[in-house]
Amino acid sequence: MTTLKSLMIPHRIVMMALFAALVLWCAVTLRWDWIPKYTPLAMQGLWNTIWIMAVTTVLGFLLAVPLGLAQAIGPWYLSIPARSFCTVIRGTPLLLQIWLLYYGLGSLFPQFPWIRSSELWPYLRQAWPYAVLALTLSYAGYEGEVMRGAFSGVAKGQLETAKSFGMRRFTMFRRIWLPQAIRNVLPTLGGETILQLKATPLVATITVIDIYAVSSRVRSDTFIVYEPLLLLAVIYMVIAGLITLAFKRFEVKLPR
Amino acid sequence: MELILETLGLAESAKLLSLSPPGWGANLLRGLANSLKIASGAFGFGLLIGLFGAYGKLYGGPVLRDLLAIYTTVIRAVPELVLILILYYVGTDLINQASSAMGYGRVEISGIVAGIWVLGIVQGAYSIEVLRGAILAVPPGQIEAARAFGMPPLMTMWRVTIPAMMSFATPGLANLWLIATKDTALLAIVGFSELTLETRQAASSTRAYFTFFLAAGGLYLMVTLCSGAVFGRIEKWARRGQPSLREDRG
Repeated sequence: MTTLKSLMIPHRIVMMALFAALVLWCAVTLRWDWIPKYTPLAMQGLWNTIWIMAVTTVLGFLLAVPLGLAQAIGPWYLSIPARSFCTVIRGTPLLLQIWLLYYGLGSLFPQFPWIRSSELWPYLRQAWPYAVLALTLSYAGYEGEVMRGAFSGVAKGQLETAKSFGMRRFTMFRRIWLPQAIRNVLPTLGGETILQLKATPLVATITVIDIYAVSSRVRSDTFIVYEPLLLLAVIYMVIAGLITLAFKRFEVKLPR
Repeated sequence: MELILETLGLAESAKLLSLSPPGWGANLLRGLANSLKIASGAFGFGLLIGLFGAYGKLYGGPVLRDLLAIYTTVIRAVPELVLILILYYVGTDLINQASSAMGYGRVEISGIVAGIWVLGIVQGAYSIEVLRGAILAVPPGQIEAARAFGMPPLMTMWRVTIPAMMSFATPGLANLWLIATKDTALLAIVGFSELTLETRQAASSTRAYFTFFLAAGGLYLMVTLCSGAVFGRIEKWARRGQPSLREDRG
């Protein structure tokens, strides 16, 4: 971590001064008068970005645990499908997956009358369920591979000890195997969560209004190019920094 | 052949995907070629940045090191899509200003060059980290030996450091290449006609979304799997003469 002392080296002070001057120059000479008008929309977009990221990360992780388990110890009829799922998800661009689900399923569903008359139809007509589904599957695909390594990495002796004490298989999994696997991959999970944050702007291409979509709206409404994009980059950097901090605190808290 | 397709109910899809004009197969393949051109260009450009950046991070002065640290941190924290837009606008603006300063008019920038420039800068940040780790993994005695014999720095880099670090860098570089091929899909949003955009155009004009998106997915997957095999060969070649990591050294 950077400490105050490490920042007080002469060349860093000069660099910080230059950076402050740059920020000041941006604040004074660039156009920021559009901000008040778009603040409510931006808040809504920020909220969409954050909840989509959080929900898909949690759901994707829940899906990744069985995927990892199936690859690590499952019989062939479970491990082969799990492995192919991970390969396909990791081998194709996320944008293509999102478009396949949104345009493909979206054009398929209306053909069935019973779907159109069901309770779910009002949701299926919107874009966000497809965005959430695509991002969840993507996170699960990448994370399933990580969890496979994590499950195989837990020391065998511990599992054998648990078994010899007559612990039931599910209890053993819940109390010993899963916690240690998660602890081992926590740094990787932090990195993957930031990758998930960086994947969220893709949902703007299927009309979900996230923070990226708001900046595109500003650009097309006002023809101001750089200012919204710079602000957007700063917002993403702040969120990524917060995620890193949260995972660091989490890692410190866990016993090693 | 046609009978098999007919019985499987795929005749319609095969017609849509055929290479001659009523089918869209040629468009998809052209998109794939564009994707691969951009990906390999960006990968190469990224490697160039990565090599110099890694040397700068390891042996450069304090200012250079801090600047490179800012570059890698910022690029890795901001979504590729946002970076692509920023770099795209900055690049076109700079070139147009330069050309108007020299007295020429507006320049139309080819999609491929812009894509390589944009993705290369993104790839560079990741390459720096991969190559820095690989250079650090080279036993320092080998580099010191080269220096002791009076080898000039560039020759040391070319003859000693790069061959010795290849085996450590290959897995990371393989990963980067896969990221490069998948990131080309993002250029669809800026309007470059690479594989994903060609697919979307074909799909939306024929309404056969599943056929085209699944076909494109198959093409991407094929690239991924082939690259995996190729990089496996390269890694084996780079490791030649080194004791295997898996088996006992007997």
